Amino acid sequence: MGLPKEEFYVSGARNCAGCGFPTIIRIVTKAAGKNTIIVNATGCMEVVSTPYPQTAWKLPWVHAAFENAAAVASGVEAALKKLKKDANVIVFGGDGGTYDIGFQALSGMMERGHNVLYICYDNEAYENTGIQRSSSTPKFSWTTTTPIGKKIRGKRRWKKPITEIMAAHGSPFVATASPHLHMDLFNKVKKALSIKGPKFMKVLSPCVIGWKIPSNKTIEVEELAVESGVFPIYEIVNGKLTINYKPKKLRPVKEYLMMQGRFKHLNEKEIRSIQERVNKYWDYLLNLEKLDNAFFV
Amino acid sequence: MVGIKKVEYGKKQVLSTSDAIAYAVRFCEPKVTAVYPITPQTWIAEKITELINNGEMDSELILVESEHSSCSAILGAAATGVRTFSATSSQGLALMNEVLHVLSGMRLPSVFAIASRALSSPINIWADHSDMMNSRDTSWIQLFCESAQEAHDTIIQAYKISEKALLPVFVVVDGYTLSHVYEPVFIETKQKVKSFIGDYKPTHAYLNPKKPMTQGPIGYPSEYMDFKLEQQRAMNKALNVIKETNRKFKIKFGRSYGNGLIDERVRSKRVIIAMGSMCTTLRGLEKKYKKTKYEFSLIKIKSFRPFPKKELLRALSNATDIAVIDRAMSYGNAGPLFIEVSSALGEAGYRKRINNFIVGLGGREARIKDFEFIIKNIGRESYWINVNGGKNISFSAVI
Amino acid sequence: MSKYPVIKKVGNTKEYKTGAWKTIKPVVIPEKCIGCGKCWVFCPENCIYETTKNGKKIFEANLDYCKGCGICAEVCPVKAIIMKEDEE
Repeated sequence: MGLPKEEFYVSGARNCAGCGFPTIIRIVTKAAGKNTIIVNATGCMEVVSTPYPQTAWKLPWVHAAFENAAAVASGVEAALKKLKKDANVIVFGGDGGTYDIGFQALSGMMERGHNVLYICYDNEAYENTGIQRSSSTPKFSWTTTTPIGKKIRGKRRWKKPITEIMAAHGSPFVATASPHLHMDLFNKVKKALSIKGPKFMKVLSPCVIGWKIPSNKTIEVEELAVESGVFPIYEIVNGKLTINYKPKKLRPVKEYLMMQGRFKHLNEKEIRSIQERVNKYWDYLLNLEKLDNAFFV
Repeated sequence: MVGIKKVEYGKKQVLSTSDAIAYAVRFCEPKVTAVYPITPQTWIAEKITELINNGEMDSELILVESEHSSCSAILGAAATGVRTFSATSSQGLALMNEVLHVLSGMRLPSVFAIASRALSSPINIWADHSDMMNSRDTSWIQLFCESAQEAHDTIIQAYKISEKALLPVFVVVDGYTLSHVYEPVFIETKQKVKSFIGDYKPTHAYLNPKKPMTQGPIGYPSEYMDFKLEQQRAMNKALNVIKETNRKFKIKFGRSYGNGLIDERVRSKRVIIAMGSMCTTLRGLEKKYKKTKYEFSLIKIKSFRPFPKKELLRALSNATDIAVIDRAMSYGNAGPLFIEVSSALGEAGYRKRINNFIVGLGGREARIKDFEFIIKNIGRESYWINVNGGKNISFSAVI
Repeated sequence: MSKYPVIKKVGNTKEYKTGAWKTIKPVVIPEKCIGCGKCWVFCPENCIYETTKNGKKIFEANLDYCKGCGICAEVCPVKAIIMKEDEE
């Protein structure tokens, strides 16, 4: 299937059946290889993969706290520099630890220009603590802190544009990816690791429990997210934006939304609103693609 | 403002305590330094960055975007397996509090210089020990200094202590009152410092793709408490590590500070226990009141954590009246140092008259007449000193 | 338990057999399997492995770790995997 055979993340972790991120870890670590150090923020990934005295990771791995993975990675990278050791430093953070509480440390790391690849596995809520809303949660989505009530229905704000914010820091490589396009994800990681500087990737990571999908629909929901334009696949290299995957025709967002229990309450008005937003954003990306430097580096 | 003239190694010269600390750090050669500005630590940070940018100190400098991140970056570097340094005060120390626990829990060594300053609110940039007391339970070793020389020397000792005990160390100087004060300091040479502390070569925790390991896993109820017991074990062992390091330092450099944990010289019946720069003032008064009705002896506590219970109780063996001076307050009870000393005495079954003086919060002046009031009232009532327009208010009147 | 909260036996979650979690299990039809490996890529438990049956390269699931999510059956391009009730 185009991927190397060696595994750096093994079976036996305590993730839910059908979880989206173990596949991400396997593809990313296969692209990165043995000479890699992983820094993990607090969250589902860290919790399920390192239940002392067991660890699913075969790479050197460190976890400190929730909001400081990017800062810890800055320290690891600085130490490696001084030790004159060459190794990939990859950070894994969920959307909570990236968009919200980890935002400051991430911005600092990007601004200082550390040679680190930060990968956000985006499951669009604080899943580990029981599905609470983050700034990555899509508008109208149900979460336990944005319940569907009589007065207020779901999350009230649109998803924070984290990819563009990272690109605006002047990073040489920023990209989105979905595990169902596994070679695209694999190649993007390889490309990122060949570039020196602070890199950011946002990877779609469905959560069976939080998104309320059957455990076997993870990959299908990823496909629909991309095919409907809800999760566009693009990269921004030295400020130049390129959409890597352009569906011939965008599928109606309703198909994507109705697959998931967190959206089943949506009325026609709300679905229309989401469709308009997706269309608008897609046009925005197409326009940015025309520019030589959509972002100033 | 970063020092007056070019420093001379292997010589005594007048320097600010902040500079003395920076020069000591320089030859300890931390591979990674992370700093974020906060008054009154800034002189230390500025001197260090000057040394690094001039190529005089070989350290990877990370100018982080907050103190939470400075402690986190230090954690990452220490977890990778290198020597590290940072410095902060007050709000910065409070902000990084969560990470302090993580770093020590992971049994990583590090040395932080603290220019001790009051915690808000109200916001106050002057000296007291509230930021250190706020970090009391973080499982960091806390060593309080009285002079620029002691600060310089303690930094060097701290690296040796930290890497032996596998616990991180705070080297504390009173903000402004010591950090910004100019004193004669003997700055040691690179060769001597290096031969005293050697290199940091971790075997228990490092990040190396050739020998991978997981650091910072989950600790379930069946495991967590046993790790914490190990930390306490390390703290208990650290008492001897500190004493040994102080002893070896004396042999190599000719200077020592009590036995490393406490400094007691005379065992009289009337005792004052204090920490930090006010000890110098108290020593002067000790001389003044010798052979008078108010004769007393000073016990300076250098190591607040680990708390030197055994040594302190031995030093108090002749005492009948004890005054503990606190530069911080544990609201709802009494001064933290007083609570520590009282609990040691209580546990040992000793009955002595002991009282507490809350002095100098937020840089409030501790005048000679304030100390004289304390000296005359050892072992009687507890007081807040020099408050509400120069009054001394007893604890029982604080209603 | 070691003195320090550090795990040096990397990859030892394999000692924990998550296969007990499943209620349904994947059964591969070897005749249908084209050996493409898509199931191997997308299995969240990394429990699909390559093997040979009657000289043909096929993929199978290691039931010691399979949690029965059913992703392999979903992604298989030729529907060579069927999810069946797990009797154990």
